[in-house]
Parts: sequence; structure tokens; C-alpha cells
Amino acid sequence: MPKARLTGQSPVSLALGFPIMIIDAEVFQITILSLKISALATCISLVIGLPLGTVLALGKFPGRSFFLSIVNTGMGLPPVVVGLIVAMLLWRSGPLGDLKLIYTPAAIIIAQTVISAPVVTGLTAAALQALDPRLRLQLYGLGASRLQMIGTLWREARLPLLAALMAGFGSVISEVGASMMVGGNIRYQTRVLTTAIVLETGKGNFDIAIALGVLLLTITFLVNWALTWIQQRGVRR
Amino acid sequence: MTAPLVEIRNLRVVRGGQPILRIDALTIGKSAVLAVVGPNGAGKSSLLLALARLLPLERGEIFFNGNPPASESDLAYRRKVALVLQDPLLFDTSVFDNVAAGLRFRGFGKHEIRSRVEKWLARLGIAELKHRRATELSGGEAQRVSLARALALEPELLLLDEPFSALDPPTRKRLLDDLSALLAETQITTVLVTHDLDEALFLGDGVAVILAGELRQQGTPEAVFTAPSDLDVAAFVGVETVLPGRVVAAQNGQISVDVGAQRIEAVGHAQFNQQVYACLRPEDITLWKQADLPSSSARNLLRGRVKQILPGGPLVRVVLDCGFILVALVTRSSAQAMRLEPGAVITATFKASAVHIIPRSDETFRISKNP
Repeated sequence: MPKARLTGQSPVSLALGFPIMIIDAEVFQITILSLKISALATCISLVIGLPLGTVLALGKFPGRSFFLSIVNTGMGLPPVVVGLIVAMLLWRSGPLGDLKLIYTPAAIIIAQTVISAPVVTGLTAAALQALDPRLRLQLYGLGASRLQMIGTLWREARLPLLAALMAGFGSVISEVGASMMVGGNIRYQTRVLTTAIVLETGKGNFDIAIALGVLLLTITFLVNWALTWIQQRGVRR
Repeated sequence: MTAPLVEIRNLRVVRGGQPILRIDALTIGKSAVLAVVGPNGAGKSSLLLALARLLPLERGEIFFNGNPPASESDLAYRRKVALVLQDPLLFDTSVFDNVAAGLRFRGFGKHEIRSRVEKWLARLGIAELKHRRATELSGGEAQRVSLARALALEPELLLLDEPFSALDPPTRKRLLDDLSALLAETQITTVLVTHDLDEALFLGDGVAVILAGELRQQGTPEAVFTAPSDLDVAAFVGVETVLPGRVVAAQNGQISVDVGAQRIEAVGHAQFNQQVYACLRPEDITLWKQADLPSSSARNLLRGRVKQILPGGPLVRVVLDCGFILVALVTRSSAQAMRLEPGAVITATFKASAVHIIPRSDETFRISKNP
């Protein structure tokens, strides 16, 4: 990590310091790790959340609205609470301690999946419920099988579904509490952008913290820009 | 008549514990166009959904081509039918992909899909819309795409649920003309659900009347419109004058009915002293000024006073008081020529054959109390 000091530095030199940071090997490693962890957690959330949200939106079974309200509560789950629970489960002496996952990237992925899966599930259910319910009758009436019907509904709801994906990614790339608690912010192993910002701020290295913050925002923006571009290609005007 | 394509037996549909549809027997012949009419909420759409196997049946069976429902899966059955709803419910993609959707569900090859989609877009006069986005179409265009999407499947049974009711009159008229020609040409067996009697008469070669969740009458349009099976059907198909009375003479198919203030001559069969309803359609009644009265062949000649004149488009509805209320329909020009106005004394004539007699049971009497 470049050893810059906030004291005595002009905003200009701060700005000049930013491009240098990106090519710094350690910062690069932290950035790539953050992206990998959060992207993987978002993908797992999608694999869980898309089918689960679909069942909750279209299914008819007792307790459906109860499950939906659990999912909706889960959308606002505080990351530190998730961190606490996952840490307890993965702790050496905990029920899953034998897996030796605490303070590994896998532990962060688990915690982030717990955070983003309800977001993707809840928004998927909301997206499908916003469709005209008669669309299902119409699809069956045109000879669609159950899977063909669901596939068409997903395609019809592609805009809000991509929004669900973006919200899921946004909820984990920016999250710090759980990553810190289950990852441990170990240099070269589990240090991600958010935990690095906490560390540098704690050490008084505001310039590095600011630069890392700008980097985090830039990455979040670029990912969402790409997803928004895909989303907006299909928007009617 | 050829063997029926659809045969419904003892059908009962229940929703939320409430019976919503009851059909003891209904047959739809091959290549027939059956118009199912009834007021909103009568259960017409439930019949259509039941025919698409999209509604669980409490009881009863729907035979298709003589086969019981258990002989094939719901999916296999649904791939022989096609459903068009009141709203086009097009998918947010191109017109071509919309029309191709059902064919893709069935696993048709690319070339077959292309040729069928292009054929049906052309048939419905919307070939130029092929690459347009379906969500950008006008109401009439969208409904044409919806029809093309169903017809491209070349189904054995076409189910139409009020497909024209959301369209403006000129658009509706053009689409009705085109669909009528297409159905005549393709001979696709069709069930058209509508609350519009003109539409039912125009397209249907059979009419089924559903009232309050029950099939009340099935027959040719003439039979249903001129000889409704009961008072409710009569009220629905537009018989406006319904007079309770007693048969005072019955001989050789000619009967006289005492309706209180007057006596009405009718053609039909009834027993002496039987309680009946005499039903009259407003368009069967002719109005005359006393001076112009011809030595007409009309058996019934009633003098009355104009009570009310209700204009409605090119026709005028005249409410007469002849001791009972009689409703007649005349053209606007003849109403002007006769200088019809409230209070004017006028003579109404109608033929004995225009009177439709419905026997009066206790049940129908109850219904008639609130006309």
C-alpha cells in the first residue's frame, strides 16, 4: 500500500495519487478479490432467488404470504447481524467449524449470499407479481408448458429482474460489517475494498481511504452501467 | 350433422365454495361457430376457460372428438386449442415473435414457423407490422396480432373471449368482417363469448345463452331470438314486452290470451285457462295514425296513448299505454311523419305469429315480479 500521508497534501496531489493507486499491485489484488467475491455471491443469490421468487410469486400453497414477508424482512437484514450468525456457525468451535471456513473468502461469499439472496428473491417475486395475471392463462391457452410459461414470464419481466440483480450486487459490494466479521480483513487473503477503507480510515490514512472509496464507487458504477445498458436496450419509449 | 367436436356433460364449476357454472349438456359441432351470450359475470368466460382446461371442474366431463378428458394430458389437449382473450396480452417483443410464440412452444421448425407467421399476418392484413414492436400497436392492430397468434396454430378449437369489446365501432366492424370470412374459409370450430347480441348473430351459427351461471338455452340464432325458452332469456335477448295472461281460447294452434285490459291473439300451443306470458319484440310492432289504418292482416290491433318517446340512434323507442305497457321500435323518420308525441292516441298492430307464448310456472312467475 503506498504510504502517503494526508497532512501537507494538496487536493491536486490527492487527485494525482489516485491513478497511481490503481496500478499498485496490492490495491489491484484487493479490487479483484472484492469483485470476485461479490459477483460470485450475487450469482449464487440469482440461482437461489430467481426460482424461489418465482415460486413465491406464482405458486399457490398455504403460508405463501408468510414466506414472502420473511423474504421481505430478509431484504433489510443488517449485515452485522448476518456476520454475527455466519461467524458463529463457522467459528472453529461452532457447528460448521470443521469446514475451516472462518476468515476465508468462502466465508465472505456465504455471508454476502445470505445478504443478497433475499433481495433478489423479493424483487423477483415483486417483478413477476407486477405482470398481468391473465398472461399466464394466455400462455397456457397458446399451448405453453409450465417451464415455457415461466421462461416467457421471465422474459416479460426482464427489466425489473435486471434491477433485482443490480440491487443484489449493490447490497454486497458496499457491505462491510459481515465481510469484516467472517473474513477478518486479512491482508492478501480476505481484505476487500470496504474493509480496507475501514482499516485505512482507522489508521488515519484518509487519502488512501478516499482513493479506495472513489475506486469502490467507480467499480459499482461500471458494473451497474453495464447492467443498465443491457436493461435499457429493451425499453420502449 | 357431423359428429360433434366438443360434448359437455353435467359440467359444474365451483369457485370459493360458490357454484359459478352449471351446464347439463352442450354440444359443439365440427366447424361450427357457437356464440355464447349472457350478461357480464354470468359465467361465460368460465365456460371458455373450462374448455381450455384452465379451470378445475367440480364435476362433469368435456369430451373432445368423442374422447374422454382422461385420454390425454392437459398440455397435449391445450395444444389442439387456441385462446384469444379480451385484452390482446401481447408479449413485449416483435409482432413476428408474438405470432411465432405458440408455434415455438410446439417445437415447430424455423421454416414452418416463418411461413405460417407470414401467412397469418397477411391473412389478417397486418403483414407490414411484422417487425414492429408489439407494445407500440393500436388496439385494433394488437387484437389482429392476437388473433393471428391463435390462428397460426391452426387449432382444432378456437376460443374467443370478447375479443372485440375493447375496440371502437369502425375497427370492430372491419375485424368482425375479416374474422367472419376467415372462419368460413378455414372451417375452424369456434366458441365466441360475447355480451353483444349483434356480434353473436353476425358470427354465430349457434347461440348458447348463459344466465346466472347456468346454460339456459342452446339453439339456432332464430330459435333463441324469436322463441326464448324462458322469461330471463327473453329479457336478455331483447323481448321487451312481456305480458302475464290467461288462455281464454285455444284451437288449431290459434290461441287468445286475456292480458287484463285487452285480448291478444297468438299462434302456438297452450291449454285452455293456462297461465302464460305473451312476449313481443318491439320491432314486430307497427304504429298507425287512426286515419291511415289499413285493412291489415294483423290480428292484433290495440289503441293506446303515447307515454314516452326515447330516441336512440336511427331508431326511436315508443312506449305506449294500452292498458298495459307496450314498447315499439320505429324509425326516426316515421316517428316524425306521424308527429308522435307524448299523449297522442295511436294504434299498434302486430301479427299473431309475432307473439311468443311462454308457459308460466311458479318459478317464472317469481322472476316476473320485478321486470
